[in-house]
Amino acid sequence: MRPFSYTRAETVQDAVIALAADPGAQLLASGTNLVDLMKYDVAHPTAIVDINRLPLKEIEDLPGGGLRIGALASNSAVAYDRRVQERYPLLSSAILAGASPQLRNAATTGGNLLQRTRCFYFYDPSTPCNKREPGSGCSAIGGTNRIHAILGASDKCIATHPSDMCVALAALGATVEIEGPDGRRDLAMTDFHRLPGDQPERDNTLAPGEMVTAIRLEGNHFARHHTYLKLRGRLSYAFALVSVAAAIDIADGEIVDLRVALGGVAHKPWRDTLAEAEFAGQPADEATFRGIAGRLLAAAKGQGGNDFKIPLAEKAIVRALRQAASGTPQDQVVKAVQ
Amino acid sequence: MDKGTPSSALPTCAISLNINGTNRVLDIHPWVTLLDLLRGPMELTGTKKGCDHGQCGACTVLIDGERVNACLKLAVSIDGAEITTIEGLGTPQDMHPMQKAFVEHDAFQCGYCTAGQICSAVGLVAEGRAHSRAEIRELMSGNLCRCGAYTNIADAIEHVLDQEGVTPLREAAE
Amino acid sequence: MLNETKVVGLPLSRIDGPLKVSGSAKYAADHGGHGMLHGYAVPATVATGRIVEIETGLAERFPGVIKIYTHENRPRTAKDDDKWKDAVALPGHPFRPLENDRILYDGQPIAMVVAESFEAARDAASLVRVRYVAEEPHTDLGREQTRSYVPPQPRREEFVPPEPRGDPQGAFGDAPFKISSEYRLEGEYHNPMELFASTVLWEKDGFLTIHDKTQGSQNSRDYVCNVFGLDPEKVTVKNSFVGGAFGSGLRPKHQLFLAVMAALDLKQSVKVEMSRREMFYLTWRPATIQTVSLAADREGRLLSVMHHALQATSRYEDYQENVVNWSGLAYKCDNVRLSYGLAELDVSTPGDMRAPGAATGVTALEMAMDELAYEVGIDPVELRLRNFATRDQNQDKQFTSKALDACYREGAARFGWDGRSFAPRSMRDGNDLVGWGMATGIWEATIMPAEAKVRLSADGKAAVSAAASDIGTGTYTVLGQVAAEALGVPIDDVTVLIGDSSLPKTGVEGGSWTAASSGSAVQAASDAVRNTLLKHAKSMPNSPFGQASQDEVTLAEGRLVLDRNHQVGVSIGDIMDAAGVSFIEEHGKVAPDQEQAKKFISYTHSAVFVEVKVDEELGVPRVTRVVSAVAGGRVLNPKTARSQILGGVVMGVGMALHEEGMVDHRTGRIMNHNIAEYHMPAHADVEDIEVIFVHEEDDKVSPLGAKGLGEIGIIGVAAAVSNAIFHATGKRIRHFPITIDKILETSEEVRCS
Ligand SMILES: Cc1cc2nc3c(=O)[nH]c(=O)nc-3n(C[C@H](O)[C@H](O)[C@H](O)COP(=O)(O)OP(=O)(O)OC[C@H]3O[C@@H](n4cnc5c(N)ncnc54)[C@H](O)[C@@H]3O)c2cc1C
Ligand code: SF4
Ligand code: FES
Ligand code: FES
Repeated sequence: MRPFSYTRAETVQDAVIALAADPGAQLLASGTNLVDLMKYDVAHPTAIVDINRLPLKEIEDLPGGGLRIGALASNSAVAYDRRVQERYPLLSSAILAGASPQLRNAATTGGNLLQRTRCFYFYDPSTPCNKREPGSGCSAIGGTNRIHAILGASDKCIATHPSDMCVALAALGATVEIEGPDGRRDLAMTDFHRLPGDQPERDNTLAPGEMVTAIRLEGNHFARHHTYLKLRGRLSYAFALVSVAAAIDIADGEIVDLRVALGGVAHKPWRDTLAEAEFAGQPADEATFRGIAGRLLAAAKGQGGNDFKIPLAEKAIVRALRQAASGTPQDQVVKAVQ
Repeated sequence: MDKGTPSSALPTCAISLNINGTNRVLDIHPWVTLLDLLRGPMELTGTKKGCDHGQCGACTVLIDGERVNACLKLAVSIDGAEITTIEGLGTPQDMHPMQKAFVEHDAFQCGYCTAGQICSAVGLVAEGRAHSRAEIRELMSGNLCRCGAYTNIADAIEHVLDQEGVTPLREAAE
Repeated sequence: MLNETKVVGLPLSRIDGPLKVSGSAKYAADHGGHGMLHGYAVPATVATGRIVEIETGLAERFPGVIKIYTHENRPRTAKDDDKWKDAVALPGHPFRPLENDRILYDGQPIAMVVAESFEAARDAASLVRVRYVAEEPHTDLGREQTRSYVPPQPRREEFVPPEPRGDPQGAFGDAPFKISSEYRLEGEYHNPMELFASTVLWEKDGFLTIHDKTQGSQNSRDYVCNVFGLDPEKVTVKNSFVGGAFGSGLRPKHQLFLAVMAALDLKQSVKVEMSRREMFYLTWRPATIQTVSLAADREGRLLSVMHHALQATSRYEDYQENVVNWSGLAYKCDNVRLSYGLAELDVSTPGDMRAPGAATGVTALEMAMDELAYEVGIDPVELRLRNFATRDQNQDKQFTSKALDACYREGAARFGWDGRSFAPRSMRDGNDLVGWGMATGIWEATIMPAEAKVRLSADGKAAVSAAASDIGTGTYTVLGQVAAEALGVPIDDVTVLIGDSSLPKTGVEGGSWTAASSGSAVQAASDAVRNTLLKHAKSMPNSPFGQASQDEVTLAEGRLVLDRNHQVGVSIGDIMDAAGVSFIEEHGKVAPDQEQAKKFISYTHSAVFVEVKVDEELGVPRVTRVVSAVAGGRVLNPKTARSQILGGVVMGVGMALHEEGMVDHRTGRIMNHNIAEYHMPAHADVEDIEVIFVHEEDDKVSPLGAKGLGEIGIIGVAAAVSNAIFHATGKRIRHFPITIDKILETSEEVRCS
């Protein structure tokens, strides 16, 4: 860690001003990612703006059956909120598939969105890494890349976004509420994170000085047919190798609306809305599920150590769709795959 | 005012914490974690450091009643909080029921992960969400035990849950 | 009727339990308090080459920094290798921290920052800039196979493979059934939960008290004294509580050297605690590549056993373990060839990790045995029974006891092995394929020279002391039990003092020998106390003991009594009063019986039964049930003994399914050097484990009749898991850990009768 100045923001305005004023400033929510990265000598904020006092903890009802989740609502608070469990069980399930109870008690919604990749090299300052040090090279290409991306990677970076929660939010079509020096704006969850391209140092599309204040969810028809299926190196307390958030609106055995988001495979929760649209009106059966998996992974490319993720993701998508269609979502406690 | 960390040229912040029932006013550097504050200046070494990065749960304490990894918490950010550490739960002479159950069920070997396991287990019971063996396992997975005492830890927790009677254990849903 | 105190063999709770559950047990880094200096090491970031320049300016100017040590300013220490060799050193040149500019392995400590606070030391350490000339690292054992060699200097004679017997090659060629397979076991990293740490308390008169994370306080003391030329009278090393070690604490680690160096140089107390990352650079269970060839006749009787192992070591020491010899004694076979070679890698020297050698070698053998069972077409347990060995054919010695047959029988019964269908992929549960696999475990049962002191006071309280360690093994409790029983006092009246180098001599805690060795020494000391008491009693006026010999008296309920009539006796207090003493203290000592060793040999055995469930489509493996049946002689405390087996099983599951250091061979670095990505089993990975101790009497293995139990729990577990995965899926996965990708990518075995 490097010495930094510490201020406690009392209002969102305070925080935004402090953030915009100093390019070295970073927001501190619960710190489970930021403090971790500072200790590993990866993050070097010169100023910490503590946002824990901001009034952003609430989970509020919205007209039309939606919810607004404050950026400081803890992962546990969201996952166990009765309204979330009833209306967005997919979100609850995805959160409970991640990290540990202790971490979820601390971790915030905003922090989870902004958490950085777990790429081994990103975490190890003695190795070249374009995300950590633009232009230094990508050590994961040709290196130890078991956990890396199979979709949307570039020759500059093949990292994945590690969040489980965000995969569900992407599937549910959440909206991110943002506050910045130029005021408030909304951003679709699917546009929040970005692909690495030539600028892997940028994880998302937030402008300097902007912060997340809330996540908005609309009313939806996915409470019955959904699942979050996470595959990982041990049965709990491990990041996803591959995860699938699936939600289907089914009528008379046919797909009315379909959402599939993938975790652990790309620099952002991977969703392909065009592909999803193609399958509307198709029967909710094995053949369709295979078709969807094939379509989503058509451009998948392995890096050696992670080649297995392609067949694994394919099978996982089919399985998740089957779980969702049959109304038997993956239980995050019982470890047998449903 | 207690001296939080050794003096140096760098800036400090004043915070107050209630630690195991005692109010403390502290002057600390903002980069000091709750774990290092407890183990160092507070001399409460019962809370352990197993990784310092949120990867093991050995540092689990209760902050305002909720179990949290102390190693990733900057102490400045929890100004005003109530902290309970293993020392605040009981003493060798006057053990908390969870501590007793751990002894009885041999729920540890080396004992290094134990403070974290017990604080975590106390948090788990308070949360009231563990109703089966499988739920105990999943909801205790944030506490690694390299000695492999897991089955005994689950026994100890099950014992306490049964005793409390608040959350009757249903048959493990396996 | 008088209650004879029966304590040994009871499932007592740990006597150190209340301290451990309340946070009152102090581990190495828990000592010190205010005014300590803190050290933080800087790891090398190349695996081989030289340091060209270390720039410490920036770090030195960091507020709170006291001094930075590198090879350029390190205080002088001993010159000769001999001085650097600890009690369990290896053939080769021991590692010397900050010795020179050479880099031997990635992560090697190359500097240490000492500062006023932990934070300042850590933060300044990240500002030390190093320039290297790096050479090309070699860290892939597979690629070094052609450079294998037989270690010129054996670590222990018993590790050298015996000469071949019979005609293994010929017998293999002619046999009706045979298998020959290669097994790859990746390296594992001990990762005890406690970070290695040393707290050195410096006192003005030159005395040092060192709280060290070690499995042998006297080993650490002697090392420090030799390396720094200190008077052993002035150095005390303590390890009252050790947060796990599993072998990693057998040899002194660099934090001990660095902390003592800085304390002596700065004349202040210093604490050095490692980071979790450093824990991956200390030592490791070496990767092996093993080939096992087995041949059998139509009844499944072994005709030939051939086992070769290639094992990794470092450039500077020949670490050796007994990997293959087990294959020559586990089963009866007259045609055997065993061989073992090393290959040097640019890594830190591997070291003993729970059941070193057997955990890997027996695992390969037991996977091969399962393959053979399927080749011949007989039940895996039956195959093992048909080849039951009644003598150690390697050394032509008799077993002091071997209740392994009872392990098979009782383990199988408890597991329900009867209900198993032989064919792979023949059992399922919903979406899961169910597999049942088993394996045999075997480990040496030895005692080491050990000493102990026992004191009995006039008030009937007893105190045991020895420089033994309790690394979670239950040493405190078991030694207390032995004394309590021998002296006839309640366990609550026994104080056990261990973990201190100034106490009676004890070897390092390892190889499962502590309970049997130190326990026997405590027994001997207690017997001596009783004898002295008897002597005093006899010289009392009107002594009722007359000519009674030591075998005719017992201590019970605070009295010395005659065996033939417990009514006749005198209280301890009265005897001591009469003798004018307030306590009696005696020394006890044990050593292995050399005469007996010419004819007899002892092993601990187990049979492990494992149920796995594997999702058919996704290949997700889960170990859902384990039964471990152990023949370990007399069980001194079933509660703590059971825990040891549970722990071994969990580590075996980790070995089979999770643990893998992912090395980037371009740089020679383990990239997942943290415990979020180096997966050890979490709670969710461990469901149901049952432990059975079968009855086994052994009056030769140790004076107490006990064998060690620290290692046997892990042996065979990984093989049983792998065998169960085969039974579930029809896939033979011979490369550990068996991760989801390997299950997906491996095709089903066609060969299967
Ligand atoms: C061992 C371990 C295992 C884990 N396993 C999982 C897992 O399996 N699945 C999973 O999803 N996650 C996992 N996590 C990650 C964890 O979920 C995140 O660390 C956590 O969600 C981050 O939240 P926080 O509040 O602590 O964020 P902080 O650490 O406080 O902040 C993270 C980043 O977000 C920024 N930030 C915070 N709030 C805002 C805001 N409102 N607006 C703009 N920027 C903001 C900060 O400046 C910082 O850059 C794991 C973490 C650890 C340490
Ligand atoms: S994958 Fe991205 S984060 Fe990882 S090393 Fe390459 S550039 Fe860095
Ligand atoms: S020390 Fe905090 S989680 Fe390991
Ligand atoms: S008791 Fe040793 S790590 Fe859990």
